[in-house]
Amino acid sequence: MPNAENTTAPKGLWARFNAMPLDSAPRTITVAVVLCLVCSMIVSGAAVMLKPQQEINKTLDKKTNILKVAGLYTDGVDVEKAFGSFEPRLVDVATGKFSTAADPVTYDQQAAAKDPAQSIALVNDPASIKRQAKLASVYLLRDDAGQIERIILPIHGYGLWSTLYGFIALNADGNEIYGLRFYSHAETPGLGAEVDNPKWMAQWPGKLVYGDDGAVDIGVSKAVPAGIDGSKYHIDAIAGATLTSRGVDNLVKFWMGEQGFKTFLDNLKKGEA
Amino acid sequence: MAGKDFSMLKDPLVDNNPITLQVLGICSALAVTSSLKVALVMAIAVTLVTAFSNFFISLLRNQIPSSIRIIVQMVIIASLVILVDQILKAFLYEISKTLSVFVGLIITNCIVMGRAEAYAMKNPPIPSFLDGIGNGLGYSLILLLVGVVRELFGAGSLFGVQILETVNNGGWYVPNGLLLLPPSAFFVIGLLIWGFRTWKPAQVEKREYKIMESEGAH
Repeated sequence: MPNAENTTAPKGLWARFNAMPLDSAPRTITVAVVLCLVCSMIVSGAAVMLKPQQEINKTLDKKTNILKVAGLYTDGVDVEKAFGSFEPRLVDVATGKFSTAADPVTYDQQAAAKDPAQSIALVNDPASIKRQAKLASVYLLRDDAGQIERIILPIHGYGLWSTLYGFIALNADGNEIYGLRFYSHAETPGLGAEVDNPKWMAQWPGKLVYGDDGAVDIGVSKAVPAGIDGSKYHIDAIAGATLTSRGVDNLVKFWMGEQGFKTFLDNLKKGEA
Repeated sequence: MAGKDFSMLKDPLVDNNPITLQVLGICSALAVTSSLKVALVMAIAVTLVTAFSNFFISLLRNQIPSSIRIIVQMVIIASLVILVDQILKAFLYEISKTLSVFVGLIITNCIVMGRAEAYAMKNPPIPSFLDGIGNGLGYSLILLLVGVVRELFGAGSLFGVQILETVNNGGWYVPNGLLLLPPSAFFVIGLLIWGFRTWKPAQVEKREYKIMESEGAH
């Protein structure tokens, strides 16, 4: 080192940076930029690396729920293997025919419902879903002879706080309910969330969707409506959860009706789907 | 472990509990305590985030310009929270589904920022890390206590295992629906604070004013 009282600036970027006062504008901006860069790299790195695992979880969760609603799920069952007996198909909701416009395995109905190109805005919208995807993912369970045994249809609609997503499973006649189950919702625990209560869900199996005239007669209500055979078409509403029950009622009526899967089920019965 | 380090972990449990004494982090304590399992995962997540955010902020404390220090703290905390969220989604999918938005809300948990600002900005990394663990544990303790009360009396179960058979399932116990709703945590935490202050009178704050003795009262 030459003379100690030299006045030249310290050499090197780091040394010069360190010599700056902590609160000077260039230093503040540098710290902010470097920190943001480092943090964004860590966050995006983690998101990219964990993405495959998260996707696996998501599909596994969906498959598990399909198995549960179809009554094929038991604890410890190999989900992938059990799911192999299902035939995923896409249905064009408007025409009620099978569609091959997309790959049924990778098609994401929830994402499609948000895409204006793949969905329609609803005018008559009792289930409060705003947009409905043109194609719906349905799952068919065939018996050994290749005959359709069960039909699993996706349903969703608004309850009190949240959109409830679920499946309804119908027997081969497209009328008798095999089961109903929601896999995603955020209703009030202990009240609306009782849609997950096995006791309540146990009311659905054996009930019929359509009356003799083809109208959707199934309904969730407190009292059995006039002119309806309660043992066939009535689901008791959940005590203390009027709005969630009403939401379930609306969404089941919507998806089973003309705007939902009625056309498809009629076609399926006639063998024209 | 040295005595001082140990007291750093122990103090926030009762003597300087972040919830009951500092009254921080109440918001998430209301939201996630209706079931014990969720409360436990949330407690672990908050403890880890507090500890590591304290650690990193303390490492950088001499480089953080004071004019943007809160933003710097937020960026570090937010990054850690996103990491936790991503890891939960990848490895504990079921639980991440029930926690949903609350993991993201750890960012706004006052305990994390409170400790970063009050402790980590002025102390070396290792003690800051311990301080974070200690405060996280204090938070966890209250969360679990509240969770036990709410799940047991609200749903008749603990960790999802039915203890009291509820009427809905053919048993005798009529669950207290209020306990499943967030406001009930206010009552439970209030009672806990009362209990803590009765046990440790040193926690009672001095009155800011005194009610005047009324003259000539009979």
